[in-house]
Parts: sequence; C-alpha cells; structure tokens
Amino acid sequence: MRRVDVGRLGLTLAAPVLAVLVAVGLTTLVLLAVGDPVSTTWGTILDAGADPRSVALTLSSATTYYLSAVAVAIGFRMGLFNIGVDGQYRLAAFVAALVAGSVSLPAPLHVGLAIVVAALVGAMWASIAGLLKVTRGVSEVISTIMLNAIATSLVAFLLREFRSPVLGANNIGTEPIPASGRVPGLPLVPGTPERVYGLVVLAVAVGIGYAVLVDRTRFGFDLRAAGGSQSAAVASGVDVRRMVVSAMLLSGGVAGLVGLPELLGASYTYSQTFPAGLGFTGIAIALLGRNHPVGIALGALLWAYLDVSANPLQILAGVSSEIVEIMKGITVLAVVVAYEVVRRHRLAREQRQVARELTAGARTPEQVPA
Amino acid sequence: MPRVTSIATALAAAVLAVAGCASESEPASTATGSEETLKVGLAYDIGGRGDQSFNDSAAAGLDRAKAEYGVETNESVASEGEPESAKEERLRLLAQNGFDPIIAVGFAYGPSLAQVAPEFPDVRFAIVDDASVMEDNVANLIFAEEEGSFLVGAAAALKSQSGQLGFIGGCTVPLIGKFEAGYAAGAKHINPDAEVDVRYLSDPPACPGFSDPAAGNTAATGMYESGADIVYHAAGGSGSGLFEAADAAGGLAIGVDSDQYLTADEAVRDAILTSMLKRVDVAVFDFITSVRDGDFTAGEVVYDLEAGGVGYSTSGGQVDDITDQLDEIAQKIIDGEIKVPTEP
Repeated sequence: MRRVDVGRLGLTLAAPVLAVLVAVGLTTLVLLAVGDPVSTTWGTILDAGADPRSVALTLSSATTYYLSAVAVAIGFRMGLFNIGVDGQYRLAAFVAALVAGSVSLPAPLHVGLAIVVAALVGAMWASIAGLLKVTRGVSEVISTIMLNAIATSLVAFLLREFRSPVLGANNIGTEPIPASGRVPGLPLVPGTPERVYGLVVLAVAVGIGYAVLVDRTRFGFDLRAAGGSQSAAVASGVDVRRMVVSAMLLSGGVAGLVGLPELLGASYTYSQTFPAGLGFTGIAIALLGRNHPVGIALGALLWAYLDVSANPLQILAGVSSEIVEIMKGITVLAVVVAYEVVRRHRLAREQRQVARELTAGARTPEQVPA
Repeated sequence: MPRVTSIATALAAAVLAVAGCASESEPASTATGSEETLKVGLAYDIGGRGDQSFNDSAAAGLDRAKAEYGVETNESVASEGEPESAKEERLRLLAQNGFDPIIAVGFAYGPSLAQVAPEFPDVRFAIVDDASVMEDNVANLIFAEEEGSFLVGAAAALKSQSGQLGFIGGCTVPLIGKFEAGYAAGAKHINPDAEVDVRYLSDPPACPGFSDPAAGNTAATGMYESGADIVYHAAGGSGSGLFEAADAAGGLAIGVDSDQYLTADEAVRDAILTSMLKRVDVAVFDFITSVRDGDFTAGEVVYDLEAGGVGYSTSGGQVDDITDQLDEIAQKIIDGEIKVPTEP
C-alpha cells in the first residue's frame, strides 16, 4: 500500500509542476515569436525573487489576492460561483473607509471597527444573491454579476455625495482615516525598508479559519456535501437552502476584507483610484489553488510575484508588461488542463490497480483491499 | 515563497538551458548613456500607448522630444487593479536607474509621486492633471479643459439646427465634469435655449467607458435619434463609436484631446466638426525642453487658452466660417470677461 501512496503524492505534485512547466515553455515561445529577449526576461523575473524589496511587495500583494481567492473558494466548495466578490469588496472597502474616516477611537477598536464593518457590508451584499437564489431560484452567477454593476454605480454615487477633495481637484476620495485606524506595515523581509501590509496577519487568520471550518467542522462537512451533491445532502439531513445563504454570507464576509490591507495599510482613503478587479483575480487564484487553503496561498504568491516583476520587466528589460498577463493566463489554463490530465491518469491507474488486485485476490482473497 | 521561487528558478533555468542562452546578460543597464543625453522616463496610467486619448497624447510629446533632442526614453504602463505600491515602485525604479526627468501621466499617480519624489530630491518629476503633489522637484502640468470645451460648445451651438446637443463622458470623475461644464456653458453662451443631453459611460474606479467604442456608439445613436445634431465626447477610445454613430445618423461629432479629424477613420472624418485640443503633448515636450535647457521650475504650470494648452481644431474646414466668433470668445475668456465654470 505504501507504494500506492507515493504514487498518489507524485501525481498530486505532478499537476502544478506540469502546469508551471507548460506555462514557462509557452511564454518562452511567445517571447521568441515577438522577438523579445528570452534570457533577459526570465533573468529579470528571477532577479525579482532575490530582491528583498520585491519579496516584500509580493507578500503585500499576495495578502490581498489570498483574501479574495478564499472568498471565492468558500463559494466553490459549496458549488456556488460567487462572481460578486469584486462588487462586495469595493462596496465594503468604501463603507469601511467612510466609517473609519469619520470616527475617532483607540487604535485596536478603530481597526476592529473597520474590519467588522467591511465584513458585514460584504456579507450583506452577497446575501442578496443568496436570498434570491433560495427564494426565487435566481442563479447566483447572474445575480452577483448584476450586483457588481450596481455596487460600482452605488459607490460612485456615494463617493460624490461624501467626497472630500483631499487629493487635488481631479481625484475625490473619502475623508482620510486618522492614524488610530491605520495598520502599520510589518518589517517581515530583512534587507529592505519596504514593509508588508500589517493585515497579512488577518489573511493568515482567515486562511486558518477557512481550513478548520471546511475540513474540521460539521458545518464544513455540510458545505462540502451540498457542494458535492445537493440531493445526497438533502437525503442526509442537510438544509441546503440554509447552507446556500450561509455560504454566501461567509464568502461575502471574507470578500469584504479584500480591500482592507490597501485601505488601512497604504491608501487610507477610498478614492477613484482604489484598486479594481481584485475579485476576478481571486477567481483565477482559487482555480490555481484548487480551493485548498495552502494551494491558494501558493497561487496568490505566484500571481503577486508575476505582478511585481511587471515593473522591472518594462523598465529594465524593455519587455511589455502584457507578457505577465499572458503568463498568468497560460498558467491558469495549464493548471486546469494539467489537473484534468492527472485526474484521468489517476483514475486509469486506480482501475488498473483494482483490476490487478482483483486478479490477485482470486488466488488470495484476504488481500482484497477494503 | 521559497517553494514557489525555487520551482520557478529551476524551471526557468531548465528553459534557458534548452533555449541555449545563459542569463548572465543583465539588461546592460541603461546607466552607461553619455552625460549629454537626457534619459526621460514616462509612466502611463492604465491603457498606455494606443488608448487614443491622453496617454497617446503624452506619447506624442515624448516622441517629439526623442526626434528633436535625441533623448533616451523608457515607457511603462500601469496594470488594472494594481495597488499604490506598484505605482510607487514604477517611479522608484525609473529614478533608481538614472532616469531624469520622469513624467507621470494622470492624476492616479498623485499619491505615489508624493511618496517617491522626496526620496529622489535630485530627480525632476512632472505629473499630468494633478496639482496636489507639492514638492520642490515636481512640476504639475494641469489643463483648463473647461476653456477649450467652452469654445467647442459655442461652435456646436453656432452650427446646430435643432439647438439640441449631446455630451458623452467616459467616466463620472470630476476631471470629465470640467469638459461637460465648459461645453454646456459655451453652448448656452451662444444660445441660452440650447439643451445638452449628458450621458456618462461608466463609473470609477475601473472606468471602462474610456475604451468602449460600442458603448459610445449606443449612447450617441440614442442622442441623435432623440433630436440632438451635434455630440461632443470626452471618452477617450470610446469616441470612435461616436464618430461612427454621427456618420450613420447624418449628425456631427466633436473630438477631444487631439485633432481627431486627422486620426479618425477616413470614412467618418466628414462627421467631425472640430476637436477640443488638450495639448498634453505640448506640455510633455515643453517640460522635457525646460529640463534640457536647465530651467526646470517646480509647481503648477497651467495650460489654458492663454498658454495655448487648450483650444479647438480647424482641420476639415467645417468651422472656418465661425473662427472669428470663436476667437473673439477665446479672447474674452483670456481677458477674464467670460468666466467658465469647472463643475457641471
């Protein structure tokens, strides 16, 4: 049996390795095709990995991506496709910025208030889609996309109402959050003054919470059961409607946190230039990480690492930053394909194994695996 | 992190070995340029070159400096959803690699430039469309978009048969509001009964309405069908949709930023009455010139009608008969007789 386990482990690792290999190979072909310097490009990307500043920037970016991907993954585990993370985090970050910018509290309470407000707003916005699904049967894919558009307009409207032109005449934002509501960066990477978002701690906590909740609790079991087969879940006493709403609330709650590392750690205001589109990045990273808490972390780090290398690529190597986007796209595609290939391979392998053991079992029945 | 890095390292090393080229060759850091050549760094906002809007305009100014002064250039562009730190890093990398001057295109760079400029007191920076960064080594290149828009608004009202005009904005940001405010005021200056139908294509922060010709076309078609005969846009790349709609509806359109009669598709050129010029190219070129000639000055440089930073275009000859009137209005604005609003 031990040999089988090693084989399984090998197969599990084979998929991401295969995917990255394919992505690197295809990207190299693209570079060759457009006549960009291949060695300089990879050299620049690798140099970023050795540069402490880039490592710190990568960790900061990955913090945001991780939260976004976990939010998406919670839905995925339940078979729900929450495309609305994007709208949820923008609305949540905006309201949190508004609230945190208008109160004065001792630091821990101030930060705590911002986090709670953001999570609640995210959860509330996502719950609309959950309620629509259980009461009216509206697909969450459609409703969350629609809610993204509504969130965009709502925030744009509210921003004009509550604007504080602190950033010059052409940019408007919420009142800046006072010092007590800011989360200082952590000097996690030696050799650089660049600090990592203080809320990296929050991301780690969310990751641990996600791992425990999904794999170690009754609720997590119900969630996965409902995600695997709704009818089977109903048959074993799971209230699927309740699970849909709970999953959307949780997913939205985590989504609400996505904008906070940037808001409380760097920008201190929700302005017109607040990062957009992080929710969609989260979908790709959840796919990359196969919804696994550690897998998502690796996916988020890879994504952030590629993002961070976009600047040196453009400025030092003279390669268009689009190559980074191409690389990301190919990686996601390759991961999806690789997992499918490995899954089929594993299936065939298991069938052969069973066949072999059955044949052997005809002679020595006690060896048939349970 | 270590795991990802080591995997990536191993893989890339393998690929390089296969490709048969070692990665020792650093990008022979551009730092070896002669003392005489200026090294100009330029950081675009999302879209970069080819956005048919202000990024392109900035690029034109850079190209001119390259052609006339032989300056060395380095261009980089923002990616969507990037954090503040990525913008800072872009400017910082340029400064660290010996680029001076460095031009940040767009107000989105305001907060990041405020961080980076003090770190490099000897490097001269410029930022387009932002007046919030106040440092001794930063020039703020700002434009009086409302003044140029006032002139094309007046031109539209003079040319309109129906008295019904349209305005299409790319995104509901205050910057685009200046275009709308000036345009409406200019139209009403000529014809107090003129009506301006206003439509914005998107909201911040993503602002997809600056690169969505289909949305521009739909909005414009709606305006022409409801009786408007001249529509002005401040919607970047979406403007090409307006020109097509104008051509199809037999109406007229007004371009923005550059002389769009010259760059639009030939089939729709006749539908372009004039364009409101916002000379980001001139501002960028002037700034590089000032650094080259050693007379860099920090602080606001206002490109208004008086400075020739905004205006209207005459290509196509459709406004030839009213240039006298428009120039008279322009003079009144310069003299302060006409006050142009900046908010709708």
